[in-house]
Amino acid sequence: MLLDALLLQIGYNATLVTLGSAALGLAAGATGTFLFLRKRSLVADAVSHATLPGLALAFMLMVALGGDGRNLAGLMAGSALSAWIGLLSVSWLTRRTRLAEDAAIGAVLSVFFGFGIVLLTVVQTLSAGRQAGLESFLLGSTAGMLFSDAILIAAGGLLVLASALALRRPLLMVAFDPGFAETQGIDIHRMDLAIMTLVMAITVVGLKVVGLILIVALLIIPAATARFWSNRADRVVLLAGLFGGLSGYIGAAISATAPGLPTGPIIVLTGFAVFTASLLLAPGRGVLSAALRHRSHQRQVHLRQGLLALAQDQPVYEALTRRLLRRNGLQRADGVPTSEGHSRAAAALRDETRWQALRSSAHLSELSARDDGLTLILDVLTPDQIAELDRRIATAPGTA
Amino acid sequence: MTLALPRTAPDQSPLAIRGLTVSYGEQPVVFSIDMTVQDGAMTAIIGPNGAGKSTLLKAALNIVKPLSGRITVYGQPLAQQAHRIAYVPQRASVDWDFPTEVLDVVLMGLYRDLGLLGRVRAHHIRQARDCLARVGMEDFADRQIGQLSGGQQQRVFLARALAQKADLYLLDEPFAGVDAATESAIIDVLKSLRAEGKTVVAVHHDLSTVRAYFDNVFLINRRKMGEGPIAAAFTPETVQATYGGRLADGQISQLTMGA
Ligand SMILES: Nc1ncnc2c1ncn2[C@@H]1O[C@H](COP(=O)(O)OP(=O)(O)O)[C@@H](O)[C@H]1O
Ligand SMILES: [Mg+2]
Repeated sequence: MLLDALLLQIGYNATLVTLGSAALGLAAGATGTFLFLRKRSLVADAVSHATLPGLALAFMLMVALGGDGRNLAGLMAGSALSAWIGLLSVSWLTRRTRLAEDAAIGAVLSVFFGFGIVLLTVVQTLSAGRQAGLESFLLGSTAGMLFSDAILIAAGGLLVLASALALRRPLLMVAFDPGFAETQGIDIHRMDLAIMTLVMAITVVGLKVVGLILIVALLIIPAATARFWSNRADRVVLLAGLFGGLSGYIGAAISATAPGLPTGPIIVLTGFAVFTASLLLAPGRGVLSAALRHRSHQRQVHLRQGLLALAQDQPVYEALTRRLLRRNGLQRADGVPTSEGHSRAAAALRDETRWQALRSSAHLSELSARDDGLTLILDVLTPDQIAELDRRIATAPGTA
Repeated sequence: MTLALPRTAPDQSPLAIRGLTVSYGEQPVVFSIDMTVQDGAMTAIIGPNGAGKSTLLKAALNIVKPLSGRITVYGQPLAQQAHRIAYVPQRASVDWDFPTEVLDVVLMGLYRDLGLLGRVRAHHIRQARDCLARVGMEDFADRQIGQLSGGQQQRVFLARALAQKADLYLLDEPFAGVDAATESAIIDVLKSLRAEGKTVVAVHHDLSTVRAYFDNVFLINRRKMGEGPIAAAFTPETVQATYGGRLADGQISQLTMGA
């Protein structure tokens, strides 16, 4: 059943929802990365909650004008307008008052959301016969998704994605070093407004699928996941798009396999599963890789200690150390070092002496955290820094 | 180390500041500052912590918006000449865990060439690598910036500034917390810039090296406390006035006497 869903074999509506969710996830993941790297994830929360009053007001207006209150494009326009007002409120409170941004976010988020809930209640009493179903926009509801809705979501998502990618260079420069970016003629305030506008657009586009409460997860979780896999911002953006798109696709497919499985929350949980897998398995930053590194580190430390003992003609006491030395062809069974053992031992001693000198140096000692018995100092310092260390060693005998 | 250069007139100066006041909230941090940077020379901005040195640089670059004041760069408004200035911020001002590699940081110095969508071409990469080589970091191009020592981070920032091919270099504490090898690598680069006729202005915290490194000083403690060639402006009296009671008398005369 799940396989059928993944292959888009279980019906027209499910296919629409799956493809729409994938497009939304892709756009949200990539766009959210810029926000994540700018360390302003929380603003997205304020923006998304601020859509609710506009949503309800747009519904009332459309009904009052005699139209269909549930027209998605109309609801999106209303949400965008009120999210925009919420965004400007946060920006104004932060810039013009002494309120810190987190306090401004808290205030705007709760006031707008509270007001929105009041309006929702009013809508429910007004159109009792009509069953507006607006509360489905809180957590998303894909049950009656139309072809036009899916097109709107996909096109909107891809438009946002294209805009974010076009602005990637200034956005990343502002995130890394705003002062420098300003000297390059980049207007920081405009860039921040641009990224928030894109986030707002994603929120509005995602209302139908994941709803306004969970959209922030779709913006942030893929970026946090991608950060495990790459140390380069442009790749983090691409990977976040990939993870977001996958979560949308798989999550929507899973929720299509049984009636009553809510699409939005399942997509978010799928994203979380990818996050957890990355947390465990990613090379470098992952938990498993850290554990493996620890084991190999332990062996390297033994080997290093053995080599240092050889260099100083001291006996090697530990069995594991002796075994490692022998297995690496550095020591013969009778305890005499091989010729390679001799030269590796001398190199280890030289390296050790330099690390020792580094630890006592005023400004390089911060690097001593990278002395894991495995890293060669030649990989850590520039040649002139090493020459400086060697000078220090030569003038301060007794450190060797 | 005084050069026999004629004094630069304000309308020729790489950076001329008049009546600059900046305040955060209601508290003026720098007040009514005048400064005329000498062309082709190296100038140290010195003053105690919190004196407004960083703020002065940021206001000169319009990173913080001043309350009042006029700034000209090579005799013209900053907006028209901004491309001729390279800025090296305080190292501590950025997050070094940001996902980026050394070469990417240097490429940021080429933003004015690359623009929004321009492709990074082989000659851009070559240019960035040359700048890294100039600061002795050519083998570190592919490193994650978080793995660098403080001195290496500072060199990367300097390489990014070199990539801009600017005429005026503004550096905020380039020698703070760096190792001896980095300090001499940086001062070599700065002196080579001066030899090319460029102008260097650096916030400097170490009074004992002012004389060896710079031609001019600008002393500041919220207000301007002195300006001019080392021999005339860097005296026990001016330093005492700038630092107030923060330095002992013996220390000051030792620091400011010619070697
Ligand atoms: N963004 C800011 N907001 C409020 N106060 C600031 C800000 N930046 C600096 N200050 C204050 O302005 C004063 C001058 O700071 P700064 O220019 O960094 O001094 P310096 O670089 O000479 O040490 C300090 O008292 C500092 O606390
Ligand atoms: Mg400062």
